[in-house]
Amino acid sequence: MSDIKYSAEHEWIQDNGDGTVLIGITDFAQQQLGDLVFVELPELGTEINKGEEISVVESVKAASELFAPVDGTIIEVNEALEEEPELINEDAMANWIVKVKLSDPSDLDDLMDEDAYNELTKE
Amino acid sequence: MQSSNQITLKQTPLYSLHQELGAKLVPFAGYLMPVQYPLGIKKEHLHTRQKAGLFDVSHMGQVRLTGKNVATALEALVPVDIVDLPKMQQRYALFTNEQGGVMDDLMVTNAGDYLFLVVNAACKAQDIAHLQKHLADQCEIDVLDDRALLALQGPLAGEVLAKFAPESAEMIFMSAKTLLVNGIECFVTRSGYTGEDGFEISVANREAEGLARALLADDAVEMIGLGARDSLRLEAGLCLYGHDLENDTSPVEASLLWALSKSRRADGVRPGGYIGAEVIMAQMANGVSRKRIGLKPLGKMPVRDGAEVVDDQDNIIGFVTSGGFSVTLNYPVAMGYVQTEFAQVGTKLKALVRNKKVPLEVVKLPFVKQNYYRG
Repeated sequence: MSDIKYSAEHEWIQDNGDGTVLIGITDFAQQQLGDLVFVELPELGTEINKGEEISVVESVKAASELFAPVDGTIIEVNEALEEEPELINEDAMANWIVKVKLSDPSDLDDLMDEDAYNELTKE
Repeated sequence: MQSSNQITLKQTPLYSLHQELGAKLVPFAGYLMPVQYPLGIKKEHLHTRQKAGLFDVSHMGQVRLTGKNVATALEALVPVDIVDLPKMQQRYALFTNEQGGVMDDLMVTNAGDYLFLVVNAACKAQDIAHLQKHLADQCEIDVLDDRALLALQGPLAGEVLAKFAPESAEMIFMSAKTLLVNGIECFVTRSGYTGEDGFEISVANREAEGLARALLADDAVEMIGLGARDSLRLEAGLCLYGHDLENDTSPVEASLLWALSKSRRADGVRPGGYIGAEVIMAQMANGVSRKRIGLKPLGKMPVRDGAEVVDDQDNIIGFVTSGGFSVTLNYPVAMGYVQTEFAQVGTKLKALVRNKKVPLEVVKLPFVKQNYYRG
């Protein structure tokens, strides 16, 4: 049973089982965005609320906001993305963007599982 | 059945080729155009700077003007020397309005028996109406909608085209020639919109796909979309109408003095005599309050079209008109307008991006050196 959940905004959320999650964008999202040239990472310690902007990923042509799928605190950011934002294009599922300490683990219950997400992105 | 709400998007003669190549098609200036192919914008951009990129720019307007005094007639609409434009030479020009602003930028070629114009797709209808309004009584205006336009751009463009049309090797930057390319008659200019050496090839619609396929068969050539076309021209410091040039920007504000031919200036042999000349000539004499400049943000975050530019007192003193990420240089680049007193190279300013102040510096254009072939 996969411990990965999905949001309707094309983010994946991996439950680390210890009250923290990793958040990234899906392969569908990176394909839509095209080649990434910049990822704006939030400051450590930032408190995030569902629906608020936590990051911006930029392609050559446009900037795209990332919205928090859960409430919590940013405890780590993927610094490799500062120099190599294209890592997300290469493998969107392997390259997380932020690590969040959940304020309410039940937030994960509101997110989609893989099957539901695949339904969403089916054309 | 079409409802009155449906927009019918036009297709160029290469539409099925774009689909076959897996293009991501988007609406642009009333056409369904390829923004990128599976290679992606970054790789398409780099390929053009390193080898040869092929672009479908058939959505642009191609117009033929014929008549005894057609050059004199056109001079009433542009602040550029057309009367003394040598045969088989091309020149950058601007349609100006009464306020001294720019209606569109275009390329004009003296093809001997006629003038050949290439105008922006988004301004095509407006430009044709403009020509008809002012020139219909003096010359024949033929809109060449039976012709496609392909651009082959990059350091290997010369080598590639020479294989299909050996005489193209004799052409220098901004020259024109009628050539048989792969046996197909084409009207070719050695020019483009990327800053690289290259050619724009006007060809009959029915021959366009065959010609494109023949060029693509060459190992050095890849099909390139409009996304990379935009990032390439920005690196080259070239204006995009609708962004860096608008109805309310004058050529002087746009730092396009070089395009205003000496013969048409106040001390030239045919001074003024074009729409908005009084305004533009006064600006040349007295200066302007704002100028187009290059901007380099500090760091990696792009600063894009529409961002306000402020001084160290947070006064808004300008705005960005084109901005993105330079794939070649691996840092963000932008162009915009600032009040003249802030337009000096080296001036440190800030841009407002999503509630943040991004430091940036005024820099010289182009960002990437131009590689035009001058022989």
